Amino acid sequence: MRARVEAAVAAVPDPELRVLSIGELGMLRGVSVDDGGHAVITVTPTYLGCPALEFIKADVAAAARAAGATGVEVVVSLSPPWTTDWLSETARAKLADAGIAPPGRLSLPMLAPGCPRCSSPDTTELASCGAAACMALRRCTGCGEPFEHMKAH
Amino acid sequence: MTSLFDYLLGLGDDALVAAQRTAEWCARAPQLEEEVALANVALDQLGQARAFLGYAGELEGAGRDEDALAFLRDEAGFRNAQLVELPNGDFGTTVAKTLFLAAYQKLLFSRLARTAEPRLAGIAAKAAKESAFHVSYASAWTIRLGDGTPLSHRRMRDAVEEVWPYTHELFEPWTAPEAGLDPATLREPWLRVVEKVLGEATLSRPQDGWAATGGRHGRHTEWLGPLLAEMQSVHRAHAGARW
Repeated sequence: MRARVEAAVAAVPDPELRVLSIGELGMLRGVSVDDGGHAVITVTPTYLGCPALEFIKADVAAAARAAGATGVEVVVSLSPPWTTDWLSETARAKLADAGIAPPGRLSLPMLAPGCPRCSSPDTTELASCGAAACMALRRCTGCGEPFEHMKAH
Repeated sequence: MTSLFDYLLGLGDDALVAAQRTAEWCARAPQLEEEVALANVALDQLGQARAFLGYAGELEGAGRDEDALAFLRDEAGFRNAQLVELPNGDFGTTVAKTLFLAAYQKLLFSRLARTAEPRLAGIAAKAAKESAFHVSYASAWTIRLGDGTPLSHRRMRDAVEEVWPYTHELFEPWTAPEAGLDPATLREPWLRVVEKVLGEATLSRPQDGWAATGGRHGRHTEWLGPLLAEMQSVHRAHAGARW
């Protein structure tokens, strides 16, 4: 039961980044199910003002119920704070496939991201915030295409 | 020394009033990119306000949630520093206010992230990351405008001069036992950050003179009342309404 609920919850898509699930984003921090089928699910927001959190909580509860949970409690935990280093390798590959340059690792020296379309390393920043707070808008000097970059933070 | 409840109100009110003020740039910013960036800064501040005020309400135990604290307190009940309630002025003034506030919040939250009070530390650790982005955003614009044309230099200089007297209040004695942090100890590191940016912007640090005070005790400028009236009117006109 716990494995089934966890798999269902981890697969819930992020409302702002539909190509990623909350599991791949690293937003799912814990799933427990007691003998009566009552699930407690712990999630963490990517940033404090995240307007999608209420939708994620509702989607998570619905997914857990659909997987057989009799009751669901969704707990929001802030510690340890989420960073882009919580993104799985699968998540990074999916972002690149969707035309979004994945973030660098916080522990490594920051390099400008390469172009997700033509792989050219020469790109310039157009705006520090794109459609979402976590995205910067850049342009590739090689192919000339603009693209989004998820900032390491 | 103040109670943790009052302290959380101060942290939350700084963020809430800054969010409301910054969001006034929506549909008015000089460029679309800056509008999006400022809206994101405001959204971060709003998220921080919700976390601090929500915790304050639970701690008080009087049935007031984050909305009750945000929308149903009057001017004298607000504990924010006066810096955040000042009008936006021109873009340079907003940049100066954002730089001074964010540099303070980044230092403050980084220190609070290490306190033994787990929930305060958790919110602060999250918020510190967000403030770091605000500092880099406001620094870049301070430098671009200060080290720009004669006109942008003059206006950025005037903005820094105008806002400077309101920065002293951030370092006044004001803390809770659980925070264990004397704000005065933040001023030296704050000055190092701010002076470096002003230097790169070819601006000089203003002389310390008259200093604004009173916000932490509920005494505010004439500018807070109208801001609250706009922010609170819908909630009060439709008490208990739900989406």
